Amino acid sequence: MKELPLIDQEKCQRCGLCVSVCACGALRLVGKSVQAVEVDDCQWCTLCELVCPNGAITCPYEVVVENDTSV
Amino acid sequence: MADAPHLSPLPPFRAYFFIKYAIILSDMANTAQFISSIPYFTGLDGPGMEMARRFIYEKKAGRGEILLAEGEPADTLYFVAEGAVKVFKTSAEGKEQILRIVRPGESFNDVPVLGGGASLVSAEAMGPVVLYGIKKSDLEKIVREHPQAALNVIQVLSKRVVELISLVEDLSFRHVTSRVAKMLLEYAGDNSVDRPHLTQQEMAAMIGTAREMVGRSLKSLEEDGAIRIERNRIVIANRNALREMAGIT
Repeated sequence: MKELPLIDQEKCQRCGLCVSVCACGALRLVGKSVQAVEVDDCQWCTLCELVCPNGAITCPYEVVVENDTSV
Repeated sequence: MADAPHLSPLPPFRAYFFIKYAIILSDMANTAQFISSIPYFTGLDGPGMEMARRFIYEKKAGRGEILLAEGEPADTLYFVAEGAVKVFKTSAEGKEQILRIVRPGESFNDVPVLGGGASLVSAEAMGPVVLYGIKKSDLEKIVREHPQAALNVIQVLSKRVVELISLVEDLSFRHVTSRVAKMLLEYAGDNSVDRPHLTQQEMAAMIGTAREMVGRSLKSLEEDGAIRIERNRIVIANRNALREMAGIT
């Protein structure tokens, strides 16, 4: 299953900035919270993380070595 | 041929206590194994290890939990058993510099515990973590009674000095792309299965630059064929090329 940007709902102020910059429409305001709804559409551009004024969204990367059997 | 002895099943309450006892024994064995792998306690004899086992206690924390706050009194030395902890300083303007990412088996808050004074840094759980803590007074008891522990402390602190010199060297002499390349090599180079994932902001805070510079450097490394970015994975495709860019001979 594809991973999604992590949204800390306690830090999120529902300003909607992330939704407005999300070019692929993966993020939506659902009720009183922002949620990543279109899993397959998210391209991990990390714009949502960049614009969030509250640091509520994080887009972490896994670092792996090619053909590394330990991961 | 004699019949096999008939074993009657344990009553449920006895089975419960039997299983619980087995789990406790297993946990104790795991804890003992972990403690013996901690550099502070390596090579200690039986009584020394027993002291360590008696003094150490477990603490769990969730992602984002602050475990140490800069300037606050802190008299506990922590060892990471599971997960990862970032150790960082924050400037007056709110800029963060990550000094270390502490992985299983490693410790943090060493200097205030050994040298006294308030915490020099802050520490935050990067995900769910299991820590083992030991109070300053208890650690001192072990060091006083077991000279091997004192030698271990010297080795741990020497390693810290080497790490800090390496960080100063990176910040002073390497350009940003070179720092990113070195950070990726170090990060993925330990064959660990428990590497925490990093945001571009965290990478920037580790190498003393801005997030945008990390993004540009990653693109540049990808164009040169050293890495490949597959959505949320950074794949080191050519380790030698990355070493060259990091200036590691």
